[in-house]
Amino acid sequence: MSISRRKFLGWLGAAGMGTALGKKATAATNKHFKGYANSNGVLYDNTRCIGCRKCELACNKVNELPSPQQSFSDMEVMNVPRRTTAKAYTVVNRYDGIPGAKGPQYRKIQCNHCLEPACASVCFVRAFTKTPKGAVVYDPSVCVGCRYCMVACPFNIPAYEYDNAFSPRVMKCTMCYPRIVKGLLPGCVEICPTGALTYGSRRDLLKIARERIRRFPGRYVDHIYGETEMGGTSWLYLSAVAFNKIGMREDLGVTPAPQFTAGALSAVPIVVGLWPVLLGGIYAINKRREKIAQQEKTQAVDSALEKARAEAAGQLSAAKQKAEAEKTVAIEKAVSKALEEEAEKSAAGTADTRAEDAAKKSSEEES
Amino acid sequence: MSDEAATTGKSLLTPFNVIAGIIVIMGLFITVMRFTRGLGAVTNLSDYNPWGIWIGFDLLVGVALAAGGFVTSAAVYIFGMKKYHSAVRPAILTGFLGYAMVVVALNYDVGRPWRLPFPFIVQQGTTSLLFEVAACVALYLTVLFVEFSPAALEWLGLKRARNIIIRLTLLLTIFGVVLSTLHQSSLGALFLIAPSKLHPLWYSPYLPVYFFVSSIIAGLSMVIFESTLSHRYFKDKMDAAHLAEKDEVALGFGKAAALVLAGYFIVKLIGVSQGNGWHLLATSYGAWFLLEMLGFVALPCFLYAVGVREKNLKLIKWTAAWTVLGIIVNRLNVGLIAFNWQLPSAERYFPHWMEIGISVFLVTVGLIAFRFIVTRMPIMYAHKDYDETT
Repeated sequence: MSISRRKFLGWLGAAGMGTALGKKATAATNKHFKGYANSNGVLYDNTRCIGCRKCELACNKVNELPSPQQSFSDMEVMNVPRRTTAKAYTVVNRYDGIPGAKGPQYRKIQCNHCLEPACASVCFVRAFTKTPKGAVVYDPSVCVGCRYCMVACPFNIPAYEYDNAFSPRVMKCTMCYPRIVKGLLPGCVEICPTGALTYGSRRDLLKIARERIRRFPGRYVDHIYGETEMGGTSWLYLSAVAFNKIGMREDLGVTPAPQFTAGALSAVPIVVGLWPVLLGGIYAINKRREKIAQQEKTQAVDSALEKARAEAAGQLSAAKQKAEAEKTVAIEKAVSKALEEEAEKSAAGTADTRAEDAAKKSSEEES
Repeated sequence: MSDEAATTGKSLLTPFNVIAGIIVIMGLFITVMRFTRGLGAVTNLSDYNPWGIWIGFDLLVGVALAAGGFVTSAAVYIFGMKKYHSAVRPAILTGFLGYAMVVVALNYDVGRPWRLPFPFIVQQGTTSLLFEVAACVALYLTVLFVEFSPAALEWLGLKRARNIIIRLTLLLTIFGVVLSTLHQSSLGALFLIAPSKLHPLWYSPYLPVYFFVSSIIAGLSMVIFESTLSHRYFKDKMDAAHLAEKDEVALGFGKAAALVLAGYFIVKLIGVSQGNGWHLLATSYGAWFLLEMLGFVALPCFLYAVGVREKNLKLIKWTAAWTVLGIIVNRLNVGLIAFNWQLPSAERYFPHWMEIGISVFLVTVGLIAFRFIVTRMPIMYAHKDYDETT
């Protein structure tokens, strides 16, 4: 037991360290990751978007996705809001009747390529990687298909090939990573006829966005969506109307997703380290209590036995003494009785002799 | 099943066998569908709702309700409550079968189940709470298997192996409690990543604490619940010690459950307070939350306390069943009902009948396995060749 417990604790310690290593815990530090320096992104300016769906078309082509039932020139599909799917990495939605807006408003949806992506932080096989270039890419060769990335993504971007029985993949925009590394533009950016999409260094894009807001304060909402949302994203947005009017959540906060779980993760090695001590301690206390209870029990039994024995011995000796005393008394009685009897006898004898003597004497005197 | 029927001389066509048989055939049919035509053919999962009842029920509820193993073995072997010894083996068996069911269910749910070992052997995503869950569940299933094995080894007559494992009891128990603490809480922590998707009344930084504490409630209640059912159907398999301790177990575990439920109620209130969610109680989700809190936490807490005080075993048993239902409600709330609460109703998830079919199938297979084992192995009685107090 003693050897195995020590070994066991060693293993647990190792397991705890194993969990602690391999992740950069920032929860307890004041470190703030601002993204890879010189990483790239895309700025989407909704005031320049005309909803032509050319970006959807280009995306479909460069990513070799299956062609949709309705063609990309069919604007009817925009009558209902859509989301990204396994067959469409990007979609453009139209929002009509927004008060104060000049005509319909558009919004392009695709992966935002978070600076600290929720999908990458929750993937238990590290299928997602935030590349220094800015793109968040996915490796289908290790994906198990648990779909936790889809649960975790605050923007509801990753989609799944539910109809593929043997090699289903998570599908999402790659910022055209294979094209970027070749020095090409992302498909959607390249095709955009109105300059609504700008690809470049995220730092520069922020400057451009600020400049546009400064120069045309009446045209834009004074906010760059993606600058701080969920800790910042590589995709940035400018809009003429409040972002929640074009289906973008404004309540996501500025905390990078991995920080939500950092506390729980940091508790793991602590539990592994302390629980055996605590539980072992409780076990030892109980064991000891049992032992003491056992000892007390034995002691109590022993002392009870002792007492009983002593009592019995006392009674015995008392009885013995009594018997002895009685015996002595009886002997004394018997002796004294015998003596008395003897005395009486001898007294009677003397009297007789005396009488005889007296008789003799008188007869002698008479003669 | 067949040899049991043969030995008892009864017909195979008992109601249990017929219903179980139909469910198993249905389950096999859906299984073939699932693995040949993909998740899309048998589930209502979508891009918005990547997790359905195979996660919400099979994983979250399954793991919670299988907590009886670690709760009971900790009570007996660590906290020294030896009077509950007869409850250990049924609880371990229930836990083992529960976890086995969970792992089988995961094979249905993940897209490429043959890659389930990948997180351990290919690339370790240690920043994921799912990695922790996977590691702990895999290890704990192994621990439960080893903890259960003495019963099988006694049945097979392998004394030496059995005695070696019995000597590891304390080690296994501590390991089991550590692993259970970790993965029970981590199942709650899975949802920490998505504050924007889980309703604020259920989302809390304390989610891992809630899941761990409520798993203890689930474990305690399941032991009472399972014991009630076993007593009804397997009374002839129980020995005198088991029958004598049974009521003691219900009283003791009921008392513990009342206490833990009270603590759970308080920490849940603290969570609402901490998230300042009081105003949300006036919404429809608030009403549902209040129903969970009052109907499935406060009420069973009170009923357990009354039952224990008045030694009303019937009340305790009904309360145990009610509490188990409450745990199911809680896990479904976190996993499905309060998750994605902001989506329009057209995008919300409701399970496909085949998803329910697989869940029912797996529970049924678990019950069949339970019956197979308790009618053969020394689970509810001590084997005559061994001193059961070890």
